[in-house]
Amino acid sequence: MALRLPSKVLKHILSFIDSNEDRNSVSLVCKSWFETERKTRKRVFVGNCYAVTPAAVARRFPAMRSLTLKGKPHFADYNLVPDGWGGYACPWIESMAAKSPYLEEIRLKRMVVTDDCLERIAASFKNFKVLVLTSCEGFSTDGIAAIASTCRNLRVLELRECIVEDLGGDWLSYFPETSTSLVSLDFSCLDSEVKISDLERLVSRSPNLKSLKLNPAVTLDGLVSILRRAPQLTELGTGSFAAELKPEAFTKLSKAFSNCKQLQSLSGLWDVLPEYLPALYSVCPGLTSLNLSYATVRMPDLVELLRRCSKLQKLWVMDLIEDKGLEAVASYCKELRELRVFPSEPDLDATNIPVTEQGLVYVSKGCRKLESVLYFCVQFTNAALITIARKRPNLKCFRLCVIEPFAPDYKTNEPLDKGFKAIAEGCKDLRRLSVSGLLSDKAFKYIGKHAKKVRMLSIAFAGDSDLMLHHLLSGCESLKKLEIRDCPFGDTALLENAAKLETMRSLWMSSCFVSFGACKLLSQKMPRLNVEVIDEHPPKTRPESSPVERIYIYRTVAGPRMDTPEFVWTLHKNPEIGVSKLAIK
Amino acid sequence: MDEFINLKETELRLGLPGTENVCEEKETVSCCNNSNKRALPSGSENETESSTRKTETSPPRKAQIVGWPPVRSYRIKNNIQTKKNETDHEVQGSYVKVSMDGAPYLRKIDPSCYKGYSELLKALEVMFKFSVGEYFEREGYKGSDFVPTYEDKDGDWMLVGDVPWEMFLCTCKRLRIMKGSEAKGLGCGV
Repeated sequence: MALRLPSKVLKHILSFIDSNEDRNSVSLVCKSWFETERKTRKRVFVGNCYAVTPAAVARRFPAMRSLTLKGKPHFADYNLVPDGWGGYACPWIESMAAKSPYLEEIRLKRMVVTDDCLERIAASFKNFKVLVLTSCEGFSTDGIAAIASTCRNLRVLELRECIVEDLGGDWLSYFPETSTSLVSLDFSCLDSEVKISDLERLVSRSPNLKSLKLNPAVTLDGLVSILRRAPQLTELGTGSFAAELKPEAFTKLSKAFSNCKQLQSLSGLWDVLPEYLPALYSVCPGLTSLNLSYATVRMPDLVELLRRCSKLQKLWVMDLIEDKGLEAVASYCKELRELRVFPSEPDLDATNIPVTEQGLVYVSKGCRKLESVLYFCVQFTNAALITIARKRPNLKCFRLCVIEPFAPDYKTNEPLDKGFKAIAEGCKDLRRLSVSGLLSDKAFKYIGKHAKKVRMLSIAFAGDSDLMLHHLLSGCESLKKLEIRDCPFGDTALLENAAKLETMRSLWMSSCFVSFGACKLLSQKMPRLNVEVIDEHPPKTRPESSPVERIYIYRTVAGPRMDTPEFVWTLHKNPEIGVSKLAIK
Repeated sequence: MDEFINLKETELRLGLPGTENVCEEKETVSCCNNSNKRALPSGSENETESSTRKTETSPPRKAQIVGWPPVRSYRIKNNIQTKKNETDHEVQGSYVKVSMDGAPYLRKIDPSCYKGYSELLKALEVMFKFSVGEYFEREGYKGSDFVPTYEDKDGDWMLVGDVPWEMFLCTCKRLRIMKGSEAKGLGCGV
């Protein structure tokens, strides 16, 4: 006999559940729980915009106030997905405009957003508050102006690393003349100059502004003037930090910073001249997040800055920090949780990168709370990986990029199998892993055996055979996203583990040995997967056994999509029809 | 499941999609020597060159691999801008990269720090722990497997020592110490 909670009681209980994963589990219990949950879910997350139709989402969640969507596969960040592949925001905006007019927040990642889209958002959602676009493209500053002028309750407008057609800085003047409700504004990815006077006035009439990220066109003088008007900022992205060295300029800058007593996060700092860094010293003790990854500051200056940042939790920096600098981080920044070290010269040829594995070992030893790492260097050793795993079993995200493909342990010339085995075995809470360097199938056997909580795995230039893929698909229980490039495996492992693919969000494989024939078989076998072949050459003109350039496989309840360009083929479920774009019932 | 285990279909091959041309040189990974690199299967838009196919007479550059290292294009774009600004600030000195075949990483030197070829070569010998043999105007370097070469402004690989030192300083973009059979074409002694 089923015990039925009155739906009011259930509703009340569910109001305490924020996590969508938990809510998804709640939905599976029984029909009444499904119904109550769906009617109360306010924040909806769709990890793959092609996994479900906008209409279905709008229908299921009538109380939706916030929508987060992701479009292109992650490897699109590295130019592996040709332009025009898809990920269009418009159908979603259209649908929501019609069915969810109370929508307040839209967050899009790796999607194509047009000016029309932005204008539609501005026009359709009366209480619109939050727009965050990350790695998006397809729109111009005109679209931003539309949002600025029409959304009277706008709190958050953030353009993070988007590719925007920049038609000038006028968009800034479109914000309402009366006081605004802006809490966060990020236009750091725009190129052109905004009028400082416009910016000053905007800041002055935005009393709630806490986060402001300027673009490189804003000079130091501009920055000083802004900081004077917004000393309450908690997050600041500076503009260009280069200017002619004048003593008055330095004093003004120092004073402006020292008045910002609540500053916790600092970024931007493009072209920073080391002579200006001392102006930041006053805010260092309060900083929890510092992004120096666009600052070409070198060692001694970096250490002077970092040794004052005792509360730092997140540090993004370029490899100019060198091992010595990381040693300093290890001793001064004891609260560090996240470290990212980017290559200052991201060429394949640049093998004189100044950080080695030792730098990461220092930080792993010294920073007890370290849980997230992204590290680029030339080469690595098993010993270093083993040390890192032993010292930091609490790692949740470990992304190591050994720039030299197939680079073995440079001291022993062995593959890095043992090292990654230690990571997989030792870091039991690992959720995200990127591997690199010379790796044999054994490495993947270890990962499959131990990395039970890994949800996202990225692999390049690794493995020996099909076994590699087989180990991963059959072993990694929590795997949701797998992306692979340039690995020598093919059809067998893929077809044998087809069922696994329906438990994952997506699988990307490029420059591997998967044949067109296998793709077709997979598609027939698994009706709820879209098997997309992304290839410059039409697959039909080649023998079925020849490898395809890229495949992108994702689970979906929406059927094959209708917006594929000419170089993408969604394989039809019915083998007689072959490749087609018809929807399937 | 038998229909899936079709050996021909799952045969691992290298080669461009659409060709029956099979490159038979599939190297197995040898754990001993890190220069035994597997050829990169070509399939990306920009041509990637197999390190086993040495068709050019000049030393092949490292293949330009699309999307590697995995740095967002947004960041690369900014890096280029930053580098441009950096060179504006740069005082003097023009460092060039020096690579040696078989060495795991490159070095950088400023050739203008040296007074002439013999000083430069001595410094390289110390840096990479090799010896360069003796230079002969006609025959090139004799007595060693190693030959010092440099890439000039036109992109050609030249033997170090042929042109006057001042001219070398102006035209040298990078240095490479070639080894073994590759060096033969430039007149290295056996």
